[in-house]
Amino acid sequence: MNDATLVRKNLFRKRLRAVLLTISILIAFLIYGMLGAMQNAFSMGTEGAAQDRLVTVNRINFTVALPYAYWDRIQQVEGVRTVAPASWFGGYYQEPQNFVQSFAVDPETYIEAYPELVFQEDQRLAFIEGRTCAAVGQALATQYGWSVGERIPLMSNIWQQQDGSQAWELDICAIFDDADGTYPTNYLMLHYEYFNESLLFGRDSFHWIAITTEDPSQNDRISRDIDELFANSPAETSTTTEAAFNAAFMEQFGNIGLILTWVIGAAFATILMIVGTTMVMAVNERTREIAVLKTLGFTAPRIFRMVLWEALLLSFIGGLIGLGLAALAAQGASAALAGFLPSFGLTWTNALTAIAFMVALGLITGVLPAWNAMRVRISEALGKI
Amino acid sequence: MNATSPLYELKDLSKRYTRGKETVTIFDALDMTINTGDFIAIMGPSGSGKTTLLNLLGGIDRPSSGEVLFEGQRIDNLSQGKLAKWRAANAGFIFQFYNLMPTLTAAQNVELPLLLTSLSGKARKDRVKTALEIVGMGERARHRPGQLSGGQQQRVAIARAIVADPKVLLADEPTGDLDRTTADEILETLQLLNAEMGKTIIMVTHDPAAASHAKRELHLNKGRFEEKGKA
Repeated sequence: MNDATLVRKNLFRKRLRAVLLTISILIAFLIYGMLGAMQNAFSMGTEGAAQDRLVTVNRINFTVALPYAYWDRIQQVEGVRTVAPASWFGGYYQEPQNFVQSFAVDPETYIEAYPELVFQEDQRLAFIEGRTCAAVGQALATQYGWSVGERIPLMSNIWQQQDGSQAWELDICAIFDDADGTYPTNYLMLHYEYFNESLLFGRDSFHWIAITTEDPSQNDRISRDIDELFANSPAETSTTTEAAFNAAFMEQFGNIGLILTWVIGAAFATILMIVGTTMVMAVNERTREIAVLKTLGFTAPRIFRMVLWEALLLSFIGGLIGLGLAALAAQGASAALAGFLPSFGLTWTNALTAIAFMVALGLITGVLPAWNAMRVRISEALGKI
Repeated sequence: MNATSPLYELKDLSKRYTRGKETVTIFDALDMTINTGDFIAIMGPSGSGKTTLLNLLGGIDRPSSGEVLFEGQRIDNLSQGKLAKWRAANAGFIFQFYNLMPTLTAAQNVELPLLLTSLSGKARKDRVKTALEIVGMGERARHRPGQLSGGQQQRVAIARAIVADPKVLLADEPTGDLDRTTADEILETLQLLNAEMGKTIIMVTHDPAAASHAKRELHLNKGRFEEKGKA
C-alpha cells in the first residue's frame, strides 16, 4: 500500500458518485472532442489555401453566376498567371443522400492553378483530353470504391440537360491525391465544356474563378484591378484571397470558432462547478478521517497532495475515456461525412489541449478541497482524540 | 531510557480558551511527571480538561503557557510539520470510536503509520502481521471495519497504534463504546502491552473499572491533579 492506494480508495469509496462524476467529465471531453473534430474540418479550407491564389465571385454572392467572357478578360489583368473558372455541379451518385461534391472545370487551367493536386501523368493527360472524363479525389474514390476506367452516372440536383435528363455519364480517367495531406480530395471534377454544352439553362457562366498570380505581394492590387474591370456592370465581382474566400464560405454557417468556444466553455464551466462542489462535499465528509491521518503523523502538505491527486485522477479518468470515445466517434463519423467535411477528426493538438484541460480541471476542482483538508484541525475534527 | 526515567514533564502548564469575550481556564500552572513504563488513567468530570491534556501530550494542541517536555525535549514549541513527524515516531493513538478507515482492510489500516517510515513493503507487511497477531486479529487481516465488531475494530486500532513501535500510547476512552466483557479484554490487552512490551500508556476514562487496570489513577478536577494510590 502507498499514498496512491489511499487516493484511489478514497476516490471510489462511493462508487455511484464516482461513476456519475466520471460520466459528467467524460461527456464534457466527448463534446470537446467532437466539436474539435468539427472545427478541424471547417478550418481545413483556410489552412490549405495557397498564398498566390485569388478567387473571384459575383459581388452579390457566389451562387450568382459570372459571364463566360470574364475568363478571358481577367487573363488580361497584369500579374495574373492562370485563370481557372469553375461551376458548382451539385452532384449525387445513385441516391440523393449520396452527395458528391463536384465541379465543372476547365481541366488544363484548373490543374495548373492547383499544383498541390497530384496526378499520374497518363491520367492527367487522359483527363485533360477526354471530354466525358472525370477526375476523382482519392478520398471520394475510396468512399464509393471507384477506380480508373469505370463509367458512372452523376446526377445533378441543380442542372438539367436539354433532353430533360439530370444525369451526366462520366468516365473516371484520373484519381488525384494531394501533395502533403492539407488539401481535401473529397470531390470530383468534370469537363466544363461537356457540362456547358448540354445545359438546358444557365449556359456560358461560372460560379467562381480561381486565379493564380505572378507575385503574391501584388494580390491586393490585382484584386482591385479585377473588381474595377467589372465595376458598374450587371455582374460586378468580388475578388479575395482563397483563404478569405474559404473563411467567408464557412462563415455562412455562422462563426464556427466562436460557437465552439462558447459551447465548450459552457460545458467546462458546468463541469467545474459540479465536480468542484462534489469534491468539496466529498472531502468534508472525510474530515474525521483526515484528522486521524494527521494524528498519525501525515503532514498537511502530504494530505494536500493526496486530495489534489484525487481530483486529478478523477479528471484524467473521465477526460481520457471521453477523449477516447470522441476519437472513436470522429473516426466513425469521418467516413459518413467525407463528402461534406473531409477532415473531420481529432489531431494531436486537440489531444494535447484536452490533456491540458484535464490538468486544469483537476487542479481547479482539487485546490479548494485540498486546502480545506490541509487546514483540518485535529482537535476540532475529532471533538476529542 | 530506563523504566523509571521521566518520559513526559509538564512544567507550569496552562490552557485557556476564549469563547466570545470570555476566557475559560481549563487548567493553570499544572506540573506533572510521567515515567517511562507508566500506565496512567486520567479521570475527572466532564470539562475538567482530560482530553485537552491528552491533546497536549500528543502534540495535537499547544498550551497557553508552560512547557511539555518529552524525553527532555520541548515539543510544545515545535512547528506543525515537526509535530507531525514527532507524533509518527513517538506516539500511538487509540480513539473511543476506533476511527479506522472504512475503505481499507484491517491490515491496511494497521499499515497506515508505516507509510511514514522508510521501511520496505515486505518489512511493513511483517510488522503489520505481528501487530495484528499481538492483538489477536491475525485471522481478520483482510476484513474491512464494517465486517468487524466494535471490540475487534478497537483491537485493530490498537494494532495500528503499536505497529510503528511508539514510546507512548495515548488512549481516549478506549472502552467507552464497548460492553463490559469486551472492554475488559481490551484493557487486558493494554495491560499486556504495558507489562510485556514496556509501552507507556496514558488513558483518559470516565470508567472506574477501566481505570482500575492502570498502575496510577490521576483525578483532574478544577485544574488540579489528585493522585489516588494503588496497591
